[in-house]
Amino acid sequence: MLSFLAVLIDGTIYASWLFLVAAGLTVIYGVMRILNMAHGSFYAIGAYAAASAIGWYFADGTGSAGVSFLILIGAALVAGLVVGTLVERGLLRFMYGRDETLMVIITYALLLILEDAMKIVFGVNPYFAYQPYTALGRSTIAGLKVSNYDLVLIGIAVAVGLALWGWLERTNLGKILRAVIHDREVARAMGVNVRRMFTLTFLIGTTLGALAGALTAPSISVVPGIGVEVIVLAFAVVVVGGMGSIEGAAVGALLLGLSRAAAVHFAPQFELFVIYGVMSLVLAIRPQGLFGRTLVRKI
Amino acid sequence: MRLDKTELALVGLAVVLMLAGTLAAPGWLIFLITVALAKALVVQGVVMQMKAGLVSFGQGLFYCVGGYAVGMGGQFLGLNAGLVLLALGVIAAVVLAMVLGLLLTRYREIFFAMLSLAFSMILYGVLVKSQELGSTDGFNVKAWTLLGRTIEGGEQATHTVFILTVLTAATVAFILHRFYRSAMGMTCEAIRENEVRVEFLGLSPRWINYANYVAAAAVSALGGGLTALATGHVDPDMAYWTTSGEFVFIALLGGTGSVFAPFLAAIVFALVRTYAIEFLPNAWQMILGFTLLGIVVFLPKGLWSLFTRRAVAPVPSSSPTNARTGGVRA
Repeated sequence: MLSFLAVLIDGTIYASWLFLVAAGLTVIYGVMRILNMAHGSFYAIGAYAAASAIGWYFADGTGSAGVSFLILIGAALVAGLVVGTLVERGLLRFMYGRDETLMVIITYALLLILEDAMKIVFGVNPYFAYQPYTALGRSTIAGLKVSNYDLVLIGIAVAVGLALWGWLERTNLGKILRAVIHDREVARAMGVNVRRMFTLTFLIGTTLGALAGALTAPSISVVPGIGVEVIVLAFAVVVVGGMGSIEGAAVGALLLGLSRAAAVHFAPQFELFVIYGVMSLVLAIRPQGLFGRTLVRKI
Repeated sequence: MRLDKTELALVGLAVVLMLAGTLAAPGWLIFLITVALAKALVVQGVVMQMKAGLVSFGQGLFYCVGGYAVGMGGQFLGLNAGLVLLALGVIAAVVLAMVLGLLLTRYREIFFAMLSLAFSMILYGVLVKSQELGSTDGFNVKAWTLLGRTIEGGEQATHTVFILTVLTAATVAFILHRFYRSAMGMTCEAIRENEVRVEFLGLSPRWINYANYVAAAAVSALGGGLTALATGHVDPDMAYWTTSGEFVFIALLGGTGSVFAPFLAAIVFALVRTYAIEFLPNAWQMILGFTLLGIVVFLPKGLWSLFTRRAVAPVPSSSPTNARTGGVRA
């Protein structure tokens, strides 16, 4: 019973993290039809920015947890917006309209560039930003010690999910975006500035990626290569849920998060295997993912 | 058997390479070219699928299977004949591809790319967690024999693997060259151009893709096996997705224009990487990234198009009949 509860708690924490990481990826794919291989790099950039900012804030050894949270989020916003703008204005806008597979390769090139850019800017030594994590302490749920920071993470993931959903479903701008998702050409014919929507979406996506990285930074050591590890997990979530679907990403994250937590507790040798195993299983049964739309083939 | 120009060039180049390699070139260069050619075989597998319009971001799976088969054959089965070990890798890859292909051939474009990536990451996950296979460190390949001769370390081993690799690469390239011009090879390109029309012509794109996928797996496993023999070591990184990304990179660098292209691209890639790591250890990926962007924008058909551009250019632009019937693509 206790281990069942542990799986539930660990799984939910891991799922919220997965959702935060995957949300930006699925938003970008949904609107722009770009499978952004460089998404992990935005995650890493967010983590580095947050770790640097936290290190600077706690440089004299004191500081409050509340302010450090604001710093985390602020660092993510700045990093995501600045790098996102640079990438979108400087590279991607010249590539719009190309084949989806080619866009994968272009963003792969972007990933290679950003990986080394980070090494040059931040160096190769690890960064630590543990202060917000330790400052919040732990609480006990039914005999299990759980870090409060992880519980806050669950709250943030839910908030981000609801905000995205509300924005897409309940606002005018969201409605316009859904029109672009549904049919780009018709939306353009109706007077939607599709390119501006692309810029907006890309910035939101990169900022979400950076936010995920910034919020993860306190619980890991920030080293080169963290983005490369994360991107395949984010892919798995998005593919399971159905590419471009927010609800799908949430369900996919929960499914994968709980499966992984179960694997960690009951069969640790299958920890990595289980995520891709579940992904392959879902795709074998529903090729378009749980919430994906089937596409009609055009001649 | 009549040989065309490409095939003659292939035979000639293999002979020249073997002579130059064993007689004149320094050891490090022979080793570099051996590994590059072996990896180029994996790239040939990627190119085979690219010709059918599919980009595999998981070809490292078969690279790894081929490599681990060579390592495990020596470690656990007591096999030490090099050719048997290579064959073992190919058989393992073919069996695996026949199973995975059933699922993968239902997918196209990015879904194919992602699912093939997921499969190779599954293997990575399994290998990382298996202690008896050395976990993340991998393990060393045991001493092996070639046609009864034991291959010890040192210069003799380097030369033997080099010749074995050149011969294998040339043979595979020869077969692939014929395959691309066969009915099935041509159909693969037709599938890339328009799959639904191919279906309407009464062919099954799915089964052609399936056969192509399995064949590509075999070729890639051969590359993995040769790499294992050349480096004497295998580790799970062979199946990590960045390794597969490297193969896609080399495939695009060379282009799909000729069976020579992957070999050329792999050698260029290996040389550039060796020097880039030497001089700019923290910026060589960035150089690769910009190179990739440059290729996508300026040389979409790869380095090989530098050699063929002149031959393609004179196609008359004012031949409406040819254009309307689809014509023959150069």
